[in-house]
Amino acid sequence: MKRYVGRRLLQLIPVFFGATFLIYAMVYALPGDPIAALGGDKGLPPAVRLAIEKEYHLDQPLIVQYLYYLKGIFTFDFGVTFSGRPVVEVMADAFPWTLKLALMAIVFESVFGIAFGVFAGLRRGGVFDSTVLVLSLLLIAVPVFVIGFLLQFIIGVKLGWLPVTVDRSMSFKSMLMPAIVLGAVSFAYILRLTRTEVARNATADYVRTATAKGLSRPQVVTRHILRNSLIPVITFIGADLGALMGGAIVTEGIFNIPGVGGTMYKAIFQGEAATVVSFTTILVLVYIFTSLIVDLLYAALDPRIRYE
Amino acid sequence: MLQANTSSLATDVQTTTKRAGAARTQASAEPPAAGVQEPKPLLEVKDFEVAFQSSTGTVQAVRKASFCIYPGQSIAIVGESGSGKSTIASAVIGLLPGTGKVTGGKILFDGKDITHCTRKEYEALRGSKIGLVPQDPMSNLNPVWTIGYQVREALVANNVAKGSEAHKVAVEMLEHAGLPDAERRAKQYPHEFSGGMCQRALIGIGLACNPKLLIADEPTSALDVTVQKRILDHLNELTSELGTAVMFITHDLGLAAERASYVVVMHRGRIVESGPSLEILQNPRHPYTKRLVQAAPSLSSQRLSAGVVRAQAPGMPTKAEGEQSGGGQGRAGEVLRAEHLVKVFDIRGAKGEKQQLRAVDDVSFTISRGTTLAIVGESGSGKSTVANILLGLLDATSGEVYYEGVAASTLSKTDMFEQRRKMQPVFQNPYGSLDPMMSIYRCIEEPLRIHKVGTRGEREKRVAELLDLVSLPRSAMRRYPGELSGGQRQRVAIARALALNPEIIVLDEAVSALDVLVQAQILQLLADLQSELSLSYLFITHDLAVVRQSADEVIVMRDGKTVETGTCVELFANPQEQYTRDLIAAIPGGSIPLWVGD
Repeated sequence: MKRYVGRRLLQLIPVFFGATFLIYAMVYALPGDPIAALGGDKGLPPAVRLAIEKEYHLDQPLIVQYLYYLKGIFTFDFGVTFSGRPVVEVMADAFPWTLKLALMAIVFESVFGIAFGVFAGLRRGGVFDSTVLVLSLLLIAVPVFVIGFLLQFIIGVKLGWLPVTVDRSMSFKSMLMPAIVLGAVSFAYILRLTRTEVARNATADYVRTATAKGLSRPQVVTRHILRNSLIPVITFIGADLGALMGGAIVTEGIFNIPGVGGTMYKAIFQGEAATVVSFTTILVLVYIFTSLIVDLLYAALDPRIRYE
Repeated sequence: MLQANTSSLATDVQTTTKRAGAARTQASAEPPAAGVQEPKPLLEVKDFEVAFQSSTGTVQAVRKASFCIYPGQSIAIVGESGSGKSTIASAVIGLLPGTGKVTGGKILFDGKDITHCTRKEYEALRGSKIGLVPQDPMSNLNPVWTIGYQVREALVANNVAKGSEAHKVAVEMLEHAGLPDAERRAKQYPHEFSGGMCQRALIGIGLACNPKLLIADEPTSALDVTVQKRILDHLNELTSELGTAVMFITHDLGLAAERASYVVVMHRGRIVESGPSLEILQNPRHPYTKRLVQAAPSLSSQRLSAGVVRAQAPGMPTKAEGEQSGGGQGRAGEVLRAEHLVKVFDIRGAKGEKQQLRAVDDVSFTISRGTTLAIVGESGSGKSTVANILLGLLDATSGEVYYEGVAASTLSKTDMFEQRRKMQPVFQNPYGSLDPMMSIYRCIEEPLRIHKVGTRGEREKRVAELLDLVSLPRSAMRRYPGELSGGQRQRVAIARALALNPEIIVLDEAVSALDVLVQAQILQLLADLQSELSLSYLFITHDLAVVRQSADEVIVMRDGKTVETGTCVELFANPQEQYTRDLIAAIPGGSIPLWVGD
């Protein structure tokens, strides 16, 4: 087990270099001239241009630029944006928002997705099951921004229960609606996955045996149906955390949240290699760590899986 | 006690065999001695009816079934799949599957009507009063909990023990159930157990709370014969020690007769005959029971030969003996020879000497054209590994296989591909070895397509022929494996194997998953095909009874080594090794002389 974790952590090294280099090269290859863009319509004097190119090593070949960048990362210097702001600062601004948003979304989608899924799965074909199936299909089919604007309009404007946009203090109340919108689609998937798994496991031989042992229905459900059903669900949730971190652009836009998605979007447009690569690096690390944790959880839930 | 028990057993209203003053009921019907109270039945099933709702209407699964079980008595309900025997068992503990509903009659347990119990009432009954030992040990333990936990759960749920006390009792229970090293084993998970060990754990669970009635639903049909015998012996000991009544559900009459004092025979939801087991076995009255007894693969069975030949000369000598007299096309001649086969596997995680497992250790044999060689052994004896080597699915570590005198290792890839046409397998599990997404036509046609035989039309004709050959209707072509019964599926698997006109068919436990009657039919089909097409069979099985019915030569294997070889007749008449004798003794009901026909 320890060796397995060690090996997985060692795998981080090539993934780290590979991912950062790929992203770096891609941003390098983007069309457009970011320095020229800085000068606006008037254009920059050639001397200034040269100075900027020199400062950012833009006169060097790609691989040298990349190595400079790597050197910076290992001294926790992620470089500066074109406006002169350290990227570290930009990250410190953006990540807390997204992290909080993603975690709230994960909690929301897991708790309700699993709970609804279990009830639907145990009474397959019932009224609750049918209703929930149709609604979840609707959630999957409708684009996120539609759900976002709808909730904003109904809950925020008409009913006035929750604020329409977030406030600077990241209060739970103001983040609640964005989190629900962000988790809505995954909620539907988790619900359906849980439902299918529960329905399948409920007819397993060992569940019948457990009932024949004299266990009460709740005991049978929690011990023998739920645990077995959660194994694939956990995998999904783990993979989803990574996706939510990077993919919240639309939700962040709707609710005016200064998070990772929006910042990345702007940086890509401006060709700010340092920002784009730094953010991506962090996201890659998040992905790798969550998948490791998922694999370990997998082994904890299913004793048949042993890592050597 | 037992004497009086059977006397008052309710005679089934539906029983079609009338026994006016039959000796059968008389024999055990000694009136209870004066002063001894007539015992009350523990379980009484009266005019019981169950129906299932299906898309095409109501299907009556059990019709007017009546029988009793007295305290401490063991009875067996015998019938083929679909006879309703398991449905009765499920109904007794309130676990009717799916759309099953009780439509009539009642079940009394300890005098109390439990036909329409609430969930809570059933929960109080299950485990503590009525225990269950289910059919398939591997799928009946939850893979994510330890064995100890799953026994403990039963104890705690029925308020027998709590906390660390429960753990102690659970380990004791497992020990009782015959699990060696129970303390350590209790911490292991089901996947670390063999099938036999899982079944012991399940017996431990079933008996954990000392129930008055234990339902054993095909408790050993998934296990090797020798393991089966040990487990049944043990179950017998435990239940007689605890005074538990046992209700066996089985398709095996031999097992029923050996393990139960009273047998109830079911057919299509009805009880067709019931009575003391020996009586039923030796003097069956209902035509269905007679068929069952005849199909029982016990020692008294003869080597099956093709139906035609048998009709001409009943009691014909076995093929092996009949060789000199010349059996038509079945001319002797070596078709396959294996010499000193060895297969060594590396065991992951093990160190030193234990790192290597000699799964097959110096095994040699010859198969002659038109005859059957059986390899017999328990799980882990290496018999399936031998089959896989012959089929070219595994490479032998050393040793050589000769097909008609040509060494397999000298064959090129293309020759090997051609070679595969001559040797085809039929595997154990007819549910698992046919692709559920392929129609029967596609299943059978696939080998023809792979080997580029004929045009589309020719292939279609061939598939139709093959279906005729295995006695399936041609209309089966358009159906899917899921719509067929186990026996029909195995016929499809045989048709698929025959598609390329092979010379040798490797039958890896090809009949062990089937009911007795279906098994008998398939064995007969194989015998007919053998004489018609002069096929050679390699029969891989753990069931000596099947060997007796179908083999000419036998190899007994254990731990990869050959224990004994010989012709089938010699081996059964005069086994040289103790291990072979044990195997023969383990055949359920083997020692009971059966009715041999009118």
